[in-house]
Amino acid sequence: MSLRRRDFLKLTAAGPVALAAAATLPASAQASTAPTESMDDAFGVLVDTTFCIGCRKCEWGCNEANDVPRRARTEFDDKTVTTAHRRPDATAYTVVNQIAAPPETPQPVYAKVQCMHCNHPACASACIVGALRKQPEGPVTYDAWKCIGCRYCMVACPFQIPGYEYAKALQPRVMKCGFCAERIVKEGRKPACVENCPNEALTFGRRRELLALAHQKMVASPGRYLDHLYGETEVGGTSWMYLTGIDFARADLPPLGGRPVPELTEKIQHGVFKNFVPPLALFGLLGLVMVSQRSGEDGGK
Amino acid sequence: MRAPYFTRGTLAVLAVAVIGISVYLGRMTLGLQTLTNLNDQWPWGIWIALDVATGIALAAGGFTSAALVHIFGRERYHPLVRPALVTAMLGYTFAVIGLLADLGRWYNVWHPILPSMWQGNSVLFEVGMCVMIYSGVLYIEFVPIVVERFKGRVHLPGVLRALNRPIEGALRLANATLSRFISVFIIAGVTLSCLHQSSLGTLMVIAPTKMSALWFTPMMPALFLLSAIAVGFPMIIFESLLSSRSFRMPPEMDLLSRVGRIATFTLGFYAVAKVVDLTIREAWPLAFAGGSQAVMFWVEMIVGILVPLALFASPRVRNNPGGLFVAATLAVVGVAINRLNVFLVAYRPPFSERSYFPTFYEMLLTAGLVATLVLIYRAIVMVFPVIAAPHGTANHHATAESDRRAA
Repeated sequence: MSLRRRDFLKLTAAGPVALAAAATLPASAQASTAPTESMDDAFGVLVDTTFCIGCRKCEWGCNEANDVPRRARTEFDDKTVTTAHRRPDATAYTVVNQIAAPPETPQPVYAKVQCMHCNHPACASACIVGALRKQPEGPVTYDAWKCIGCRYCMVACPFQIPGYEYAKALQPRVMKCGFCAERIVKEGRKPACVENCPNEALTFGRRRELLALAHQKMVASPGRYLDHLYGETEVGGTSWMYLTGIDFARADLPPLGGRPVPELTEKIQHGVFKNFVPPLALFGLLGLVMVSQRSGEDGGK
Repeated sequence: MRAPYFTRGTLAVLAVAVIGISVYLGRMTLGLQTLTNLNDQWPWGIWIALDVATGIALAAGGFTSAALVHIFGRERYHPLVRPALVTAMLGYTFAVIGLLADLGRWYNVWHPILPSMWQGNSVLFEVGMCVMIYSGVLYIEFVPIVVERFKGRVHLPGVLRALNRPIEGALRLANATLSRFISVFIIAGVTLSCLHQSSLGTLMVIAPTKMSALWFTPMMPALFLLSAIAVGFPMIIFESLLSSRSFRMPPEMDLLSRVGRIATFTLGFYAVAKVVDLTIREAWPLAFAGGSQAVMFWVEMIVGILVPLALFASPRVRNNPGGLFVAATLAVVGVAINRLNVFLVAYRPPFSERSYFPTFYEMLLTAGLVATLVLIYRAIVMVFPVIAAPHGTANHHATAESDRRAA
């Protein structure tokens, strides 16, 4: 291989050209995921588990409102299933479980599980095609048409929420609660589960109002609640937030720090690709090494 | 290569390939649930950890040898470049074929190319784009080998005779164009490799709460790149020794033991980086906590890093074909264990009801892909001037000489 200095000019010119197409990537793609501004004016839900009676009406409403296998109304009358540790899956975007029972607590304690709709969702940050997105109105939505089915979102989710239609050979979908996005944004209605809740365990509203309401409740009845609103700060804040009287971990709400989960990977990615300088610098450096090796050889001849 | 294509060994490999391909076709028609143990808790299995992540790591010999010879000017190692290039080309191709089996909507695999779907925050997006572009670069780097084999020798029979001239012209054109720009592709290939080999390590950084601290570190991208560089040379040794045995040629011990010496440094550097990282993060207590994660950690550290490092460091072992082969094999297996550990063993979903172990079908598909790759590799090295006959025979000189001219 011989490379003259004249060729090096071509080489350094061709390098940027080769990478030019990709150079526009970070700028254009950055805008497509989590909005960086506060989500406090977006929609959210406050779950007050102390008011939940485990009636499963939220599950029924969810089943009717979403594109999941339809279940008979009567199936949701069976309360015995709530004692099993169920998780949301490809057939149910939400489940309500009994997490404590007498004699431990005077009455059974129930907690509903569904997507938390993180302010900085790891699933959306992970998604290779932007099929998952944090909408400015609050919901983290899924566009099956874009999806390639890599399931990296499932790896990324700290709450282990997304399910997958593994049984389907064609058009399998990632299945998770979409916060009834169409319904709340376009129709101005409440999410199906909230609409169906008979006991004010679920409050739908702007996140700012829900934060105020939650803190009001905690101040008003300190014995009823732990002194922590789960989701206020966890993973940078979530649109769905929880008040409980017993350990959050038992309600499938794992202890998580206050930093957004995808913060580190995004920092690494955007550091490595900052204005495409580091890759081009590496390219140039390798080119220089190559040229200096060659010219050294030429001189020796 | 003047050996018969089919030997008893090749037929055995063919059987594995046929079974694997059948499973592959089955997977494409049946969906993931029927043949795999993947579930909502364990969305990724061995098809990602082995077929994709390990496959790409083991293809690293392509860029490390190119960098050594073409960029750092170590001409001595020239005979290793082409086998490593073919390995990388096939390795990446089969990583993508393996990935397709894992993708729920494999027919959408091209979506990341569309600007409307670009997602610059996604580590996977960067890996995907780099792997795609680099695969293209590898195929371009293969073109001179095709040109060398067929230029001036295109003699299609019968009706196809009309095509002889255009094909000949295309070869000449490719040769003329590539000889000017091949340096750009070589440097781009090394740059792209550094980017996505490290980014494969960034993938699991997105799940900090689900990962064991024995493997989870913000330094994972650096460790992945270092381990890819470390395994590149052992992989070259591994293949070269297998090839010379299969084609009944004397092993190129002179060159390979030198490569083994380089591997001592690359593998040693990786080992030191790993130990320093574990020490800074104070993660060692976990290694003595017992349990399957601790066991797998020690298997990786001892069998996959320390033993091969000690073997490579010994001149006596390096100069012995058997010893060198054992060292190289352990280093290769070591990186496979590391990728399995990072993607599967370290991963503990918070609400897991059962753990993941691959089905027999998943293993058959993986084995089938490896077998198919081996068969195609054998075919390529028998048709094209890839493996230089050792000790300066005419073939060797011709290959090296024309490469030099092409570049």
